[in-house]
Amino acid sequence: MCGIVGLFLKDKALEPKLGAMLATMLEVMSDRGPDSAGFAVYGTGDDGIVKLTVRGPALAGVGDALAAAIGTPVTESPNDSHVVLGLATAQEAAARAWLAAERPDLAVTGSGKRIELYKEVGLPGDVARRFDLAGMSGTHGIGHTRMATESAVTTAGAHPFSTGPDQCLVHNGSLSNHSSLRRMLTREGIAFTTENDSEVAAGYLSWKMREGASLAEALEAGLEDLDGFFTFVVGTENGFAVVRDPISCKPAVMAETDDYVAFASEYRALAGLPGVEKAKVFEPEPARVYAWERN
Amino acid sequence: MPVVDLAVTSKRALNESLHALAPDTNETLWRVENPGGQHALAVGLDVPVTVEIAGHAGYYCGGMNRQATIVVEGNAGVGVGENMMSGRIHVLGDASQSAGATAHGGLLVIDGNASARCGTSMKGVDIVVKGSIGPMSAFMAQSGALVVLGDAGDALGDSIYEARLYVRGEVKSLGADCIEKELRDEHRAELRRLLDAAGLDGAVKVEDFRRYGSARTLYNFHVDHAGAY
Repeated sequence: MCGIVGLFLKDKALEPKLGAMLATMLEVMSDRGPDSAGFAVYGTGDDGIVKLTVRGPALAGVGDALAAAIGTPVTESPNDSHVVLGLATAQEAAARAWLAAERPDLAVTGSGKRIELYKEVGLPGDVARRFDLAGMSGTHGIGHTRMATESAVTTAGAHPFSTGPDQCLVHNGSLSNHSSLRRMLTREGIAFTTENDSEVAAGYLSWKMREGASLAEALEAGLEDLDGFFTFVVGTENGFAVVRDPISCKPAVMAETDDYVAFASEYRALAGLPGVEKAKVFEPEPARVYAWERN
Repeated sequence: MPVVDLAVTSKRALNESLHALAPDTNETLWRVENPGGQHALAVGLDVPVTVEIAGHAGYYCGGMNRQATIVVEGNAGVGVGENMMSGRIHVLGDASQSAGATAHGGLLVIDGNASARCGTSMKGVDIVVKGSIGPMSAFMAQSGALVVLGDAGDALGDSIYEARLYVRGEVKSLGADCIEKELRDEHRAELRRLLDAAGLDGAVKVEDFRRYGSARTLYNFHVDHAGAY
């Protein structure tokens, strides 16, 4: 069992409240996943600048050291056990190479123009407060509460998983063909940092989108190629999508109003949203891709 | 009329109050406010009272119900009326998966749609869905009737025993050992009774329904195998 929440805003006026809304939803899903939690928020971004969210010990000064090493300015926004480093997009490869060589104790949890991605072990409410999710603004965000069934309770095993620029995925379920897919995707140049089956699903979608598929097309293809149980919620820089496996093994409920689209594993997590009593509340059908895109 | 506000009272306190009612209680109408999609609301009742839930309910609402009437003024989560024995549950919105699963008796009415696995392993309950039902509904259904005014998803009635399925709209596909059957007078009478009980008197014609049930090739003892025992 795990819990998933997602929120995609249509009304710009709600953007300062995105984090607060998502934090409330995430905490309600603690019963479904008390081991660890994580979330991705799509906030502001600048053209030509990539944000690397980096997790690990002894983060103070890592931005300065990186700047000195690769000869480009690096901004540094610390947030508890994570730090968001901002640098020229063209320097991302060099920055990742330096981090891998000089700071192998650190992990890049996500990267992109707008995404920031945080995850930790602990009760979801504590994790959200630790990073002040409630204070974050943005256009859309997704979160996950984990009850580990097959792999260890570690921060690395917490969701969301990000395997491409501004992309992230949360998963409730389990995949049975992740090993063969991982081998195929590794040959295609997709890098994995954990043994988690959900990371393979994220990598699969990143690969499809790298090959030119839209988010919706990548998920359609996933219905053919991914074997197992899954409810996925996926974020991209401007998009938000949901898909369930063909027998809808894992729960999902959505609420849509003129102001937002919200997803949760159970309606309880949606009950506190503004105007939800007037929302169109529905269960996504099995094997059908639901996608929303911002203009 | 007792009003229980779940924004201030716990769900357990509500259920305990309902379980403590004597069979001849005068508190026959209860109203539950701010349900917020909480699970296991009004489960295990065994008194002839009415409980109105003013909003969306979570999992297993009205589970194991005996005698009581439960009205959900919103959507119901997974397993509404699971293992109901008697009484009536009325969902004014949609129901999630496994509505009426394993239920032995009573009437479950869903004004909206029911998603996958509606009436799984039903054992005598009557279910009327005014919208459509999702895939894998009436799986291993044993007895009772499932009436659907809309459409049915894939694999309706897979491995069905003796339940009767009536669908007015399209059936996407039938499951193993489920076939269309003739709609005879006794079925028209049953349909009429169930439609009336669901408050659809006169508005819906029984002739518009098709009946589905078991081909009885999967579960019957076959005399050719007598020597195996």
